[in-house]
Parts: sequence; C-alpha cells; structure tokens
Amino acid sequence: MAATELQAAVREHDGVAVIDLRGDVNSSAEIALNEAYAEAASRGTGSVALNFEHADYINSTGIALIVGLLAQARTNGIEVKAFGLSDHYREIFEITRLADFMTITD
Amino acid sequence: MAAIRRSLRGRLRRGTAEAGTAAAPQREAAPLAPEPAPVEIAPTDPLLALFEGASGVVDVEELELDSPAVRELKAAGVKLAVPLVSQGELIGVLNLGPRLSEQDYSSDDRKLLDNLAAQAAPALRVGQLVREQEAEAATRQRFEQELEVARLIQQHFLPKELPDLPGWQIASYYRPAREVGGDFYDVIPLPDGRVGFVVGDVTDKGVPAALVMSATRSVLRASAQRLIEPGEVLERVNEHLCPDMPEKMFVTCLYGVLDPSTGHLRFANAGHDLPYVKTADGVVELRARGMPLGLMPGMPYEEKEATLQPGDSVLLHSDGVVEAHDPDRDMFGFPRLKETMADTPGGQQLIDRVLHDLEVFTGPGAEQEDDITMVTLQRSAGERHAVASSNGSVLAEFEVPSAPGNERQAMELVESAVADLGIEAARIERLKTAVGEATMNAMEHGSEYRADRPVSIRVLHSGDRLRVQVSDRGDPADLPEPETPDLEAKLEGRQEPRGWGLFLIEKMVDEARVTSEGGGRTVELALRLEGGGDGGD
Repeated sequence: MAATELQAAVREHDGVAVIDLRGDVNSSAEIALNEAYAEAASRGTGSVALNFEHADYINSTGIALIVGLLAQARTNGIEVKAFGLSDHYREIFEITRLADFMTITD
Repeated sequence: MAAIRRSLRGRLRRGTAEAGTAAAPQREAAPLAPEPAPVEIAPTDPLLALFEGASGVVDVEELELDSPAVRELKAAGVKLAVPLVSQGELIGVLNLGPRLSEQDYSSDDRKLLDNLAAQAAPALRVGQLVREQEAEAATRQRFEQELEVARLIQQHFLPKELPDLPGWQIASYYRPAREVGGDFYDVIPLPDGRVGFVVGDVTDKGVPAALVMSATRSVLRASAQRLIEPGEVLERVNEHLCPDMPEKMFVTCLYGVLDPSTGHLRFANAGHDLPYVKTADGVVELRARGMPLGLMPGMPYEEKEATLQPGDSVLLHSDGVVEAHDPDRDMFGFPRLKETMADTPGGQQLIDRVLHDLEVFTGPGAEQEDDITMVTLQRSAGERHAVASSNGSVLAEFEVPSAPGNERQAMELVESAVADLGIEAARIERLKTAVGEATMNAMEHGSEYRADRPVSIRVLHSGDRLRVQVSDRGDPADLPEPETPDLEAKLEGRQEPRGWGLFLIEKMVDEARVTSEGGGRTVELALRLEGGGDGGD
C-alpha cells in the first residue's frame, strides 16, 4: 500500500539511453523523470527507452508526465521507446494513444 | 439509690479498667481527679477467663491468680471488680476502690452492683455495636467513593466507539470487578490507515491502578502515532513509565498493529496473556517476548507477525477470564478459552460465548473476581461481510482522508472488498485504476486536499452488477464533462499535458456516471459481472 517515490536511473544499452524507472509514476515523479530525461537526452544517442519493469503504479498525472516527456523529445528530435509495461498499463498506453507515439516492446 | 450511684461513680473513676477490644471509650466530662491508666487484661491472662465465668462481684484482694492484671489491680487499690458480661463475652469491668467510709462493702452493696452490672452490660454492648457499625459504614462509604472514582477514570479512558473497518468486525467487552482492577483496552486509528490494538492490565486495584492505567494509555497513544513498530512503541512507553511507577506496580500490555487492507498483524507483548488467533488450521497463541512495563528501563520487546486471512479471527483478553474460579476453586484456564475459541467463529459471537462459558463455570451469581476485558477482530470471509441494503449488498463502505497518494488506499480496499466475486484479474486492475482516478479527482477538486473533507467510498453488489460510488462534498456543477484528450494538441504544446483522469475512468469500467445526491457529488463506476463485457474498450 505504501507509495514509493520514483527513482530514475540512466544507462546506455546498444546505443540507446535507457531510463530505469523504479517506484510510482505519479505527481511526485516529476522531478526525477525530468532530470533523468535531461540526462538521457544529453547522451546524444538519438533515442531514449523508458523501462517500466519496476514501475508499479502509473496514474493519470504520470500519464501527463510521459506526455510532457514525449513533447520534449519531439522538440529535441529524439525517439522514445518503452518496455517492461504490465498488460494493464500497456492497455492504458494504447487507450490513451501514447502507443502511437512511442515504440512499445516487451 | 441515686446517692449510692453517685458514690459508686466517684470510685469508678479511680479504678476503671477496660477489657481488651470490648471496652467502650469514656464519654463523661472531665474527671474530678486524675484518671489512672486503665488496667489492660491480656487475652492470655487467666483473669479474663475468671471474669467471663464469674457470676457477680469479684473480690480482687482474694484472687490468687498468677496474673499481671490482678497484680496491677491490687497495686491500683481496687477492692471489687464487677465484670460486665454480655452473651458470654467480657465487654468491660467496673473497678471499685475502698469505700470512703473505710467499711467493707455490704451484701446490699454487692447486690446493687450485681443488678447494675446485669443492666449496664447489655446497654454498654448496644452502645459498642452502634459505634462499630457507624465506623464500618464510614469505611464502606469511603471505599465505595474510591471505587466510583476508579470506575470513572477507567471508563473515561476506554474507547467510546470502535472504528469501522470495511471487511473487518471488531468487538470489545469490558466489565470491571467490584473492586475495579487495572484492565484497559484501546483501538488506535493510525495515520496510514492501519489500526493499533491494545489490551493491558495494571497490577493493583482501585484508584492507584486506574491512574497508572490512564498514564499508560496516554503515553501509548502518543507513541503509537509517532512510531511504527509495535516493539519500539512498547520500549518508549516503558521508558516513560519506569521513573514514576509506584513500588510493586507494573503493567502488562499487548500491542498489535493491523493493516486492514492486507490482514498483516505485527505485535509485541509486555508480559500480557497471549492472544489467540483462529485460522483454518486451528487456534494458536501469538507469542512474543517482553517484560511488563514499568519494571526496568532499557527493556527490548520482541516483535512478531501474523497474517489474518478472510475468516480468521483474533482474541485479545485479560487474566480476568482465565483466572476466574469455579466453586471448587479450579481456574477457568487457557485450555478452556482455547476450546471455546475453536468452537466459535469470532467477533461479538465469540465474546458472548466466552461470557456464557464463564458464567456456567463460575456458577450463577458468583462475584466477578477481576476485571474482564476482551477485544476480538475478525476478517470477514467474503460472503459473510455483505450487509443487506436496498441497492443490493454493501461489500464495503469507508472513508479516505484527502491527501496526495491516498487513492492507493481506496484502490486496495476496493480490491479486497471484491476479492470473493471471482472477477478476472485484468478487470480488477481496470476497476482499481478507475477507483484511483475517481478518488484522486474527489480529493483534489471536491475536497481540495483538506483533511476534514474525506472521500467516501461504497462498494455495492447486486446480482450481475458491481458498483463503486466515490463521493465528495464538492459542488456538482464544478465537475467537467469528460472529453477525449487530443494527444496531438498536447504533444504540440497547444493543450496542457494533463486531463486524463475522467477519460481513463470512462474507459476502465462498463459505465461511469456522475450524480449529485445528498449535497455532494458522486462518481459511480459500474461493472457487469458474469460475462458482462470486458469493460476495457
């Protein structure tokens, strides 16, 4: 039940800057997510992948943060990918059409 | 006759002896001459038996007993002793010195003294009895007043009502003994939705026990709000109590913290009777080691855990139950209590059953020896916690304080409320998301994240329909119409990235509607059950 503040760590893998998300993607995740994105973008890899494997909870505010990140990436000409989503959140990414603007893999 | 009486009284003053406890205090005005010390007759003195068996006036000078009292009487110049005997018991003695005329006492004098003694003894006895009764009544009144004070203190510090936990039944019972022992119990709502349970017992009785009980309860409540681990809470309470604990007093206490959403119970024990937990496998004790509170500072308290599954129940109790005696002085004991628990589901039913068994054991009308306290908590077994209502069954009804992140509580409580309906896991996930979003909206827009404006949630089930109502006290007119967010516009910066909540709610359940009954607004989420659509698109 206890909320877990998001931790976002950046690493590079096969020419992609991977952001490993751990915790809740909600209003308290804003700073961590934005900082991680800024760092990932600075790697100059041209693409950023969000790893949701350990993100247990994503709410509408979290969706808005991801929309913000996507908008930023568009401006920067960076491709955004996502993986590790549970079936439930993958469905939400489809319903919200986020899936149309990012490549989602398992 | 009057003259003789006066003359006798004059002499009596000089030689009055009083017999042990039966003596009556002097009521007369200040004596004419210095009062000689009364002659005490020890219970082992042969004179006592002689006086009790004497048929009338006794010539002291003729007594040849090896008796300290006789020697004293002779030394005081007593010539005649007139025992005052009532119902075979010596209650006083009239001691007479020599006659003023220096003549011996005549047979008339002796007869008069005999008559006097025969009448004075019962009168004196009546006076003594009245006095004893007055003293007893005063003592009894003081005692009753003290008990009343103790009772008031105890009652003041017991919970006025028990919290309503959806999916749980909590019941408690407290009955003080006539002499009011130091039992107490408490149920403490904790900030994160968990609940603390306390049962304790202060050694000693009456006002001192009640005062220590009230102090323990207050320190425990304060510590429980600040500390999470039950062992730490007991450590802290022990540290507070030790310096001021009266000699020979201590407190036994069990403290457990329950997470109602998971059934997880963490507990620590300061020497209190072990609680019982009843599961599908039988009844077991919940053991954790620790010294009673207030004996010694720096004591550690072991912490243990248990998880209560639906249908499981716990009984916390005080020693007034197991230490009750039957007419043959046999104790009720732990095995009987364990047996009773094994035969009874739990909750109020368990308390009633234990009380019934106790009454049968002690015999009708037996005086209760010690305070009796019981607290039971039972996790509902799904089908059992449904309450009939015009809308179907209410599976759960609860409030969530309006604070960021609390939608998670609502999601988990709804999840556990519908656990027994056999809904597919993916649909449960969608329902949880809808509940979470509706609760967030209510907390943010309806209640403006104000602690005094909680969000109420009801889970209703009827036939093929499950409904979750999320209500706040906001203005129904403020609720925007849900619309499909324009993702392109958001990505191009022409729209705020936010605004997904109502859209998600609509997509996650079969039906979502807003009503404004009862002055606030309610978002009702509905799922069709038994193949009633997947609700996901």
